[in-house]
Amino acid sequence: MIAKEKSGEQELFVSGHRACHGCGMALSVGHILKATGKDVIVVTPTGCLETFTSPYGYSPWRVPWIHHLFENGPSIASGVAAALKAQGRIHVRVLVIGGDGATFDIGFGALSGMLERGDDVLYICVDNGAYMNTGGQRSGASPMYSSTTTDPAGKISPGKSQMKKDLPAIIAAHGAPYVATASVAYLKDLEKKVKKAMEYHGPRYIQIDTPCPSVWGFSPDRTLEIGRLGVQSGLIPIIEMQGGMLTNVLKIKKKIPVEEYLKSQKRFSHLFRDGQHQKEIEKIQALADINIQKYGLLKDVEDKR
Amino acid sequence: MQETEVLEGSEAVAFAVKACRPQVISAYPISPQTHIVEALARMIADGEMDSEYVRVESEFSAASVISGASAAGSRSYTASSSQGLLLMTEVLYASAGMRLPFVITGVNRAISVPISIQVDHQDTISLRDSGVIQFYVESSQEAYDTHIAAFKIAEDPGILLPVSVCMDGWILTHSYERVSFLEQEEVDRFLPPFKPKNFLDVNDPKSWGSYAEEDVLMEFKYSIHRAMQYGKERIKEIFSELATITGRDHGGLIEAYRTRDAEVILVAMGSMVGTIKEAIDKLRSQGQRVGLIKIRCYRPFPFEDILDNIKVAKVVAVMDANFSMGSEGALGMDLKAKLCGRRGAPLVLDCVAGLGGREVNEKRVLEIVERAREVEESGLPLDEPYWAGLRPEILPEGAENDRQGKIG
Repeated sequence: MIAKEKSGEQELFVSGHRACHGCGMALSVGHILKATGKDVIVVTPTGCLETFTSPYGYSPWRVPWIHHLFENGPSIASGVAAALKAQGRIHVRVLVIGGDGATFDIGFGALSGMLERGDDVLYICVDNGAYMNTGGQRSGASPMYSSTTTDPAGKISPGKSQMKKDLPAIIAAHGAPYVATASVAYLKDLEKKVKKAMEYHGPRYIQIDTPCPSVWGFSPDRTLEIGRLGVQSGLIPIIEMQGGMLTNVLKIKKKIPVEEYLKSQKRFSHLFRDGQHQKEIEKIQALADINIQKYGLLKDVEDKR
Repeated sequence: MQETEVLEGSEAVAFAVKACRPQVISAYPISPQTHIVEALARMIADGEMDSEYVRVESEFSAASVISGASAAGSRSYTASSSQGLLLMTEVLYASAGMRLPFVITGVNRAISVPISIQVDHQDTISLRDSGVIQFYVESSQEAYDTHIAAFKIAEDPGILLPVSVCMDGWILTHSYERVSFLEQEEVDRFLPPFKPKNFLDVNDPKSWGSYAEEDVLMEFKYSIHRAMQYGKERIKEIFSELATITGRDHGGLIEAYRTRDAEVILVAMGSMVGTIKEAIDKLRSQGQRVGLIKIRCYRPFPFEDILDNIKVAKVVAVMDANFSMGSEGALGMDLKAKLCGRRGAPLVLDCVAGLGGREVNEKRVLEIVERAREVEESGLPLDEPYWAGLRPEILPEGAENDRQGKIG
């Protein structure tokens, strides 16, 4: 899933895993490890990543990797970090790579504890906005008006009627020194952020938007395109916060209406089926506009207009 | 010469843990366990002990932190009680499966609801199927000694399982007893640093916690059982080795007390054992052939050792400070399962004793022996367990007609 380096650098996440075609998450992991280098221990809570990388007897991981349970990725990582400190293995760092279900929902208490204690862990959430490992159920990360199997759009329901939890802000509020969002559609930016996060000590967080063709409902060759549409619409703001302050954003090159993003995926198709959901589409557009304003996502000239 | 002090049971445990030099400790408060982790926190704050002490946000994370630390190759420890132990349940199953050899003090306390801080064994018994080795202790001295053995047992390359040292809340943790301590050098010789063959190592990367299917999962589970079965002999060897250092022999997997010619044998665990021994001495002085088997190691279940000591017994009366709703107590079930079909097997009298802190005093022990004599005379087992000390007067009307404690 990652182009071989000409330098002959060893790949740390090799081919042969069982991710679906076009999986944004699988693509991001190779690039994350490229940025961290080999001296990391990776903790993965239960989820897609754990399942498709660990059928017994096979492993694409060329770094030490541990999956324990669904809701304890952060506390397993805290334990590993404590052990490394006790042993004086200071050149080895701890990384969690977990899905949004593990991060936003079931492991949230443990994550908050890890952050509050200031443990030296880089937590990376590969966010595809639902519980994909079990077939696409609603999570705290599911976007508004998406249809999920436990909050489906129906005759009287437009799908999830709540907003996606603003986890980066919650994490920044814990005093985490480095918080960023990224998208698998912008791999250079992602790698840069992982590298930067590795320069810090203490709890750090990167949330990566990783489109899921299987459950979002799009062709597997469009993963990066869908990722880009999300970012360019303003729905997926790509930001960086250092010391609790917004320090950098990925500017939108040419703002696209959210409709273009929504229409590209089956999970929003109900919004366009009968022409009865203009209100919901407007609400989603308003969410994108708030992001654009809040984070200053447009190029200066457009911002001022 | 060992130093001896009168101190709280919790403090004795903290001294034992300190002597074992855990590299990582996690802590979350719950009564009656809290004094242990508080004592450890003080030792660290005063620079008397060098451990990473992780103040977690839940018992779920307490167990998870020491699991991660253990996988990374560090000796690790925590303590909990009651609801806290139940919250750890999922973690403990997984860590036993991953063969992570940490130690947990399970300070016994009843389970909600009603919420209560009183002692019984429902909490740790609820973890009996997890793959965690369980010891139960009678005194603070035994708690001290057993903790030191526990790390060595957990880390034995043929075992590699979490070990829980279970001790009764309040009765042991908060009472003051004389406890003798080993010298640090003696503990260091007995328990060398933890050097696992497998750990999370960037120079030899391995994947832990894989997904398994029906072709291998059963063998993983069987391997834990085999480690437990192997452990039976190894635990006895480690206990004996420690006994030669301490000069205190608490027994092996069990302690058989005056069982050789006993017709009635009581079986119990934890602090109630002291009271039972006194009652037995009294009955013996009256010429009654009564004995006791104290279970020190509950998982693995020491059936062979029990069987060796109940050969001439007519009735074995099991005192369970736990209960499986809709069935019976755990010790009774374990024992009967193994006795079933054996020629000349004694009858088993199931007693629920000490649930929710209901006092187990001499009078109650004598009542149980009396019951055992009735069973012996009738030659028939009870069809429902006997709830020792139950107060029928506060139960809903009609409870007097229950089968509880009735013969045949």
